[in-house]
Amino acid sequence: MQVLSNTVNNYLVLASILFAIGVMGVLVRRNIIIIFMSIELMLNAINLLLVAFSVFHNDASGQVFVFFIMAVAAAEVTVGLAILVMIYRNTGSVDINSLNKLKW
Amino acid sequence: MDQLVFLILSIISIGAALAVIFSKNPVYSVLFLILTFFSIAGHYVLLNAQFLFIVHIIVYAGAIMVLFLFVIMLLNLNKTSETGKTMLPKIAGAISGGLLLIVLLGAVKGLNQSEASQAINADMGSVKNLGKILFSEYLLPFEVSSALFLSAMIGAVMLGKKNLKDH
Repeated sequence: MQVLSNTVNNYLVLASILFAIGVMGVLVRRNIIIIFMSIELMLNAINLLLVAFSVFHNDASGQVFVFFIMAVAAAEVTVGLAILVMIYRNTGSVDINSLNKLKW
Repeated sequence: MDQLVFLILSIISIGAALAVIFSKNPVYSVLFLILTFFSIAGHYVLLNAQFLFIVHIIVYAGAIMVLFLFVIMLLNLNKTSETGKTMLPKIAGAISGGLLLIVLLGAVKGLNQSEASQAINADMGSVKNLGKILFSEYLLPFEVSSALFLSAMIGAVMLGKKNLKDH
């Protein structure tokens, strides 16, 4: 047994900051790859928070959930990057401003 | 000591995450994201989650980032491709993200302070313990995730093909 000197609030603040940075990246950048990376950043913030809560509550289910989130994130990135390659083949860029086929 | 390591890792992860967002070159973004992932892995070590530390390094830094780098190099995107458009959407996005951060931090600030030090079970995040839980309580989600991987693999291959007519 060891004593953890950090409170769970520190982890809450850190995960909130990381999540907000990820949201900002999705909103600000126009490059699809960087938008994907921002989504990964958000997922990681939530993973960190789940692990922190699981440790502070002495319940290992949170860590199992993090494991599943990592699995789903890997599958999601695979399919997403395949879609990105298709978009690049069809439009010749990875700028989301080129995806205006459904616009008025 | 614990607090100091936490502070250093937090500064590294937040700075690297900001660098991911604001780098002009996508390759630099990927490298900074790898740095962010390593600092988060350090946080897992601080929290005694050994299994997740290893899995995080292997899956994220070893597989997902390699995929990102592979796609960037494949599509030859390692040059700055910023369209010189108006700054209004960027400013609006930054303001929205900042407001979200303020809301989240305000919600955290309103919480009760948990006790500063708490005895934690150092063996909870070990491979043995998590494996027991994963294969007893969470066996069905584990098996379903294999079907998820299979469908994701098939989907990626179908999407990656040039066209389905010629083999």
